[in-house]
Amino acid sequence: MRFLRTFLRGLAKSWEFIRRDKKAMAGAIILFILLLISAFPSWFTPDNPTAYAYTPGIGLSWAHPLGTDSFGRDVFSQLMAGTRQSVMIALVVGFFCTILSVAIGVTAAYSGGVIDDVLSLGTDVILVIPTFPLVIVIAAYLKGASFWTVVFVLVITGWSYGARQLRVQALSLRNRDYLLAAKARGESSWYVICVELLPPMTSLIVANFLGAALYAIIAASGLQFVGLANVNTQAWGTMLYWAQNNEALPAGLPLWALAPGIMIAIFGSALALLNYAFDEVSNPALRPVAKKRRKKALA
Amino acid sequence: MRFLVRRVGFLLIALWAALTLNFFIPRLMPGNPAEAIMAQYHGRLNPSSLKAIEAAFGVGGHQNIFVSYVQYFADTFQGRFGISTSYFPVPVTTVISRALPWSLGLVGVTTILGFVLGTALGAIAAWRRGRIFDNVLPPVFVIISAFPYFWVGLLSIWLFSLTLNWFPTLGGFTETATQAWTWGFVGDVLWHSVLPAFTILITAIGGWILTMRNNMITVVAEDYVTMAKAKGLKPRRVLWQYAGRNALLPNLTGFAMSLGFVISGAILVEYVFNYPGVGFLLLNAVNSEDYPLMQALFLLITVAVLLAIFVSDIATALLDPRTRSER
Repeated sequence: MRFLRTFLRGLAKSWEFIRRDKKAMAGAIILFILLLISAFPSWFTPDNPTAYAYTPGIGLSWAHPLGTDSFGRDVFSQLMAGTRQSVMIALVVGFFCTILSVAIGVTAAYSGGVIDDVLSLGTDVILVIPTFPLVIVIAAYLKGASFWTVVFVLVITGWSYGARQLRVQALSLRNRDYLLAAKARGESSWYVICVELLPPMTSLIVANFLGAALYAIIAASGLQFVGLANVNTQAWGTMLYWAQNNEALPAGLPLWALAPGIMIAIFGSALALLNYAFDEVSNPALRPVAKKRRKKALA
Repeated sequence: MRFLVRRVGFLLIALWAALTLNFFIPRLMPGNPAEAIMAQYHGRLNPSSLKAIEAAFGVGGHQNIFVSYVQYFADTFQGRFGISTSYFPVPVTTVISRALPWSLGLVGVTTILGFVLGTALGAIAAWRRGRIFDNVLPPVFVIISAFPYFWVGLLSIWLFSLTLNWFPTLGGFTETATQAWTWGFVGDVLWHSVLPAFTILITAIGGWILTMRNNMITVVAEDYVTMAKAKGLKPRRVLWQYAGRNALLPNLTGFAMSLGFVISGAILVEYVFNYPGVGFLLLNAVNSEDYPLMQALFLLITVAVLLAIFVSDIATALLDPRTRSER
């Protein structure tokens, strides 16, 4: 219970911070809109995204804001319908990567000794094995990987960077007085880790989540784009796959090929802006200087 | 000395892990990919070659897994990667050596260029902290670095090739040209490399700008930089000779790592442009289920990255005594 409260307090602090930072706010608003679209895609899709119902290959028009593809499907509706899977892959991978990173990084730092040596070595080895080629090789054997397979592949390849960062920060906190005091009081390890060690690390954990999600959306879209994931689902990457395989650019249908990429870029930018802002929290030296000076001058 | 032993030890462990991964991935996968490989080879290879492939992929089940594991290591260290199924009967190593120069040229040059340019811009941004240059540059590149780089490739094809007709759309050279060291052919190759190079550069540069800027901000606050300024040294000298050199050190590891990745090519950019490099080859191997080629490529890429990291660790230790005492 106590853990939940400190966790919520950490989140509240993050929110406080997002509200004050322009970059973070922009990221949060974009993220909110995309989440809304993922939750209720039908509110945003004027046409059936899978219906081969219209004149193929028309450009911008009132009836089809982004035109139709060469199968006669409405591009805008496909974009909206694809939002859910793309956003979900990123968030789910981000979530599981963060859990693994925290578990491994913090366990290593907190336990020390042989456990730390083994876990750090494992982390470092995974970290240096080239991720994207590995993802491609695994996906190649799994032909037409489903949503959860893609998630699985991206999580096992994506957690190591965060684990290393979190380990370093946990190490620097491990011997602080308040931690030693809690241990001396005879608190259990669980208590010390969850209530004393993790809360100060919230901003780094959030930054890790955002970084992993950013990695996931780009890697997952890349896999879908080259046809290594199930391409018969609705997602931005699979739209790119169909556009590329039907020569959308030479055929004069640039919107079909470019619009999904813009959506990925918008989503990615939202994550990157938030991440950049949270980087400034965990490293105060990076915070903008000009603003502070102005505030002081006003006061 | 102790440091060197540690790094060599890590290199060996990482190599072993990568090789083992490469060995077990096809065995752990559902649907028995090995059977598919054997079917592709059926009737095309002599029995002894078949046996080597059985060892590499663990087919049939009549072979002890430990025996094949040892056999696999022996084959790998002697560079026996088998025969490509999609370019049958060309050995995998020959197929790779044809693609390698393309990736080395394109990605090698752009990686170095991106690092130099990005580092310089990042250093200047930190130096002019809070001015317009620093306020605009980092956020812009934060956003650009979130773009899927293959999509930047699609965009530049559409804009510069199909709409403006400035550059060719696909390939590494004109198909009909004779490949030789003539000015005409070299020019043709350069001509074809402009768009892929631009795509890689624009997406890679942001990371260097941001990390250099962040390193630089902490270094600029150090006493020796204040001291150098107080001595009345020219700002440019303080920027590059005092602050810049030290801020660069942590980035060297990243740079070495990205040099290792040069071997893998820019996989998706090469795919978008049909550029005949290693990345394009890897995806082609995947699409045509050429597993021996795919596995050899994965190993090659991994070994390149591991060696690059190893070299960078040693170089960093030589350049920066502070890192030597650490672990």
